[in-house]
Amino acid sequence: MTTVTGVGLDVERIRKDFPILSRELPGDRPLIYLDSGNSAQKPLQVIETMREHMAAHYGNVGRAMHVLGAESTEAYEAARDKIAAFVGAPSRDEIVFTKNASEALNLVAYAFGNPAGDDPRFRMGPGDEIVLSEMEHHSNIVPWQLLARRTGATLRWFPVTDEGRLDLSGIDDLINERTKIVSIAHQSNVLGTVNPVATVLARVRQAGALLLLDASQSVPHRPADFAALGADFVAFTGHKMVGPSGIGVLWGRGELLAAMPPFLGGGEMIEAVWMDHSTYAPAPHKFEAGTPPIVEAIGLGAAADYLTSVGMEAVAAHERELTAYALRALGEIPSLRVIGPTDLEARGGTVSFTLAGIHPHDVGQILDDAFGVAVRVGHHCARPLHLRFGIPATTRASFYLYNTTSEIDALVRGLHHVQKVFA
Amino acid sequence: MIAESMYQELILEHYKHPQGRGLREPYDAEVHHVNPTCGDEITMRVRVGDGGKIEDVSYDGQGCSISQAAASMLYELASGSTAGETLAVVDEFTRLMQGRGKVEPDEDVLGDAVAFAGVAKFPARVKCALLAWMAYKDALVRSTT
Repeated sequence: MTTVTGVGLDVERIRKDFPILSRELPGDRPLIYLDSGNSAQKPLQVIETMREHMAAHYGNVGRAMHVLGAESTEAYEAARDKIAAFVGAPSRDEIVFTKNASEALNLVAYAFGNPAGDDPRFRMGPGDEIVLSEMEHHSNIVPWQLLARRTGATLRWFPVTDEGRLDLSGIDDLINERTKIVSIAHQSNVLGTVNPVATVLARVRQAGALLLLDASQSVPHRPADFAALGADFVAFTGHKMVGPSGIGVLWGRGELLAAMPPFLGGGEMIEAVWMDHSTYAPAPHKFEAGTPPIVEAIGLGAAADYLTSVGMEAVAAHERELTAYALRALGEIPSLRVIGPTDLEARGGTVSFTLAGIHPHDVGQILDDAFGVAVRVGHHCARPLHLRFGIPATTRASFYLYNTTSEIDALVRGLHHVQKVFA
Repeated sequence: MIAESMYQELILEHYKHPQGRGLREPYDAEVHHVNPTCGDEITMRVRVGDGGKIEDVSYDGQGCSISQAAASMLYELASGSTAGETLAVVDEFTRLMQGRGKVEPDEDVLGDAVAFAGVAKFPARVKCALLAWMAYKDALVRSTT
């Protein structure tokens, strides 16, 4: 196996941190995990931090007046500090822990047209517009469809070009004085495209609208600086950034979080409760009703520590090399069509493709079974994008800090075999 | 390599050269079924003649080799049989597919469809194999009501 492929990143050493990568699959096949865009594997540092917390410190947070409660609260809130630092949030109180990115996106959608709130920026009714893009994950489509149904607002869409880029040609008409919110992916989970936030944001500001970014596919893979990014909200999830499942994050500008009504009602999100009304805790706790995913949040803090210790610049550089290698190697396979940018300009390490005449399910099955190569097949929760390209499904390889070029070689060998089976 | 056993020659043959594909007139009932997890879909028409004789099964759709081959094989098995006979095959095929690879298929009933036995070991693919057969059963019910 190739050892050092990234700048300042020792892949062989990193792979030792992820025990699952050295397991074998039935039939003595090695595991070749190229599905991190779906969910990333976990390093020992995260696994141990979570085990240690449960074994020695676990108690409920924010409400238990004993040593364990204090230790858990401290660890939970320290995780918030770590995440705030990891993404460059101006304030740690702007980090809201959610169940996942979907919940974070829904949380923002529920703030609009909500009678429990009175801020004009979140009023929504017939005539108001919500702008999405054709490349969105269903998580960033369905909450807005539901909102449009509740309020009578209209959904509008950024088209996607044949090259898999956001089509900005009609942006001045698309985002206008009727637009209340623009919600788009920072990086597409299918195309790998990194969207031009600054260009979109400039128009959003002119129109007096708000910008929400779904950063589930970008935060895990390159340095994040939310303050510099300038959006109003950013959603991402823990399990794609070597953290556990069950924990996600919504970052929002403090004054917006303060203006929004609560999402779920329950314990620890209140200030005081009477029988006829309640007042609410300030953000972030206003949005964290009930016992939160305590151990998961602490695990996510450990994931941020881990990635920081490796260095996000190094992670990004490594993935860039892998992506260049993959685009070159896949480009040599006859009748393989990459869906998304075929150059490295503004693109991440997610490569989706079709093989003429062979359904992705068959591709994925044989890659897994004959070569131990785990990829994702299907529409990747982005059906409108696949409809736009006139295809039912794609095969997707997605890379992370622990992947190597020899794993991409295995993918390519596997694809040649798939073509032989279905020739 | 377990999946190699799933991709039987007969299945690949039906996938590459589908029998009876394309929607035809006349028909008594038409149904459209989808597999929401993978986007496979099929439109199926049946024409039932005197004495419950299946005069035509026509279909169109898209999907993986398993779903497309299953539709093609269903066409072959149903053509010329009676509704009652084909329902017995559908039931046996369903039993085999839902048997998690532990059901001994009745070859006398299934005929060529026994080639799908290997699919039952892959829970994620069982729905692919059943798509056309469930659509057929549905269409048959609608054609007689």
